[in-house]
Amino acid sequence: MNPEVAATVDLDVHSIRADFPILNVQPYGQHLAYFDNAATTQKPQVVIDTLTQFYEQFNSNVHRGVHYLSQHATEAYEKSREIVRRFLNARSTAEIVFVRGTTEALNLLATTFGKLLQPGDEILISMMEHHSNLVPWQILAKEKDLKLKYIPITETGELDLDTFERLLSDRTRVVSVVHASNSLGTVNPIEKIIELAHQNDIPVIIDGAQAVAHISVDVQSLDADFYVFSGHKIYGPTGIGVLYGKERWLDRLPPYQAGGDMIKRVTLEETTYNVLPYKFEAGTPNIAGAVGLGVALEYVQNIGLSKIARYEMQLLEYATRAVEEIPGLRIIGTADQKIGVLSFVMDYTHPHDIGTILDQAGVAIRAGHHCTQPVMDFFGVEGTARASFAVYNTPEEIDQMVKALWQVYQLFGQ
Amino acid sequence: MEPIRDLYQQVLLEHYKHPHNYGHLEHPTHQADGDNPLCGDHIHLELQVENDTIVDVKFSGMGCAISKASASIMTQVIKGKSIEEVKQLADLFYQIVKGETDVPEAPSSDLEELFIFSGVHDFPTRVKCATLAWHTLENALKQS
Repeated sequence: MNPEVAATVDLDVHSIRADFPILNVQPYGQHLAYFDNAATTQKPQVVIDTLTQFYEQFNSNVHRGVHYLSQHATEAYEKSREIVRRFLNARSTAEIVFVRGTTEALNLLATTFGKLLQPGDEILISMMEHHSNLVPWQILAKEKDLKLKYIPITETGELDLDTFERLLSDRTRVVSVVHASNSLGTVNPIEKIIELAHQNDIPVIIDGAQAVAHISVDVQSLDADFYVFSGHKIYGPTGIGVLYGKERWLDRLPPYQAGGDMIKRVTLEETTYNVLPYKFEAGTPNIAGAVGLGVALEYVQNIGLSKIARYEMQLLEYATRAVEEIPGLRIIGTADQKIGVLSFVMDYTHPHDIGTILDQAGVAIRAGHHCTQPVMDFFGVEGTARASFAVYNTPEEIDQMVKALWQVYQLFGQ
Repeated sequence: MEPIRDLYQQVLLEHYKHPHNYGHLEHPTHQADGDNPLCGDHIHLELQVENDTIVDVKFSGMGCAISKASASIMTQVIKGKSIEEVKQLADLFYQIVKGETDVPEAPSSDLEELFIFSGVHDFPTRVKCATLAWHTLENALKQS
């Protein structure tokens, strides 16, 4: 390991790497440098084993089952909800709703919030939102004749907070912003955003998809009204995510989907809804996924989120310094506060060509607009190449990427 | 040859850096847009067709090296050809990028550059980049 990085972090990356069987895959016979973690992280053996174990030993539907297996499945499912509650420091498990992922959580919120809104009401989001925190609001605004306003971004890829303050009006009904940008890496000052919105009695939704694997979140000290994230970006399974909402807000919102589990009593005339969080969990949930997510969160907490964050910051700094030496390479997203996301363009190459050349060198990155086309438009690029770091990445892997980037330069730049 | 050099051959890179027939026609008889939403490639193609023959062609748009070079080479190859010939060339091109046809020892000189895309079939995610211009061409010709 690079001594510079190794010296300052008390983290045994080699033993961590041993927890992730997929890291042994050798694309085209080469060491796999997996830098597509902002898209999805790899899964440790304990999470994989939990899924298998669930289907081998516990599989059954949750709630209302009177038999042995159903009781165990329900216990495991609800235990996971408690792990999530502790992870976010929510007040109660009634505030933890299991969903498919961030996208479903945001669609749930746009749809149910939408039922409380009147024509002319305003929704405030930012220009750096992932499409999943933009398109649902855009659809809602069209349907209900609402105004959708955007907090602008600056050249460094940070939110313009002065304009944000001015955009808050007496018609603003909800603010929804991303905690950390998937395409720029920017960590937004959500404490400040929540504080300012609350001064105007406006609830705030935080899209934590990119943040939770890198930043400790305490929803009570943040005073966030909603905080949503996906399990698969924090070493958990796909198809499971979390919607945290303050109880008083979840009580006010109407149900999203209707069906089994979300009801208390149904007659042919009317239905009484179940208590929280079940009011929002219609149908059979992703039980194994929820149990796997709980195990993933415990895995992260055992290593320590702050330790992970410090390590990833060193990887980011190391990578940033190295790529800056490549002629014609420009980093997109240069905020002071970033997670381990390195987005860049090379002025003589399309991001997809960069992606293909890196792939051949065993380096997995993402190329394209990253579901943030307004951000790409703002920076005047078609897309970027993006390397995003996780706890199992090493400085040697960054060297592997940088070497391939020099090859891109030799092919296209000279 | 290592696969990456086979994909990004010098000829392809030349067409990417200096595309032929890039721009617009005064009076196109046919035109179409093609998009590859996966990677954001976009091409606008304009044709001037007279008596079932493509007398002139230009393209514009943004894209990766493979899609741009493919468009550039396509415009060179189809100019002066009949619509019937062009359709056959499109089919030949699809076979080339899918690796379904052998690269001839000595292809006829005007088709030679099509065969530099034979390396693409080793890169399944990039086949659509190579075929974008040809699909756009077929769409343009569907207009009457």
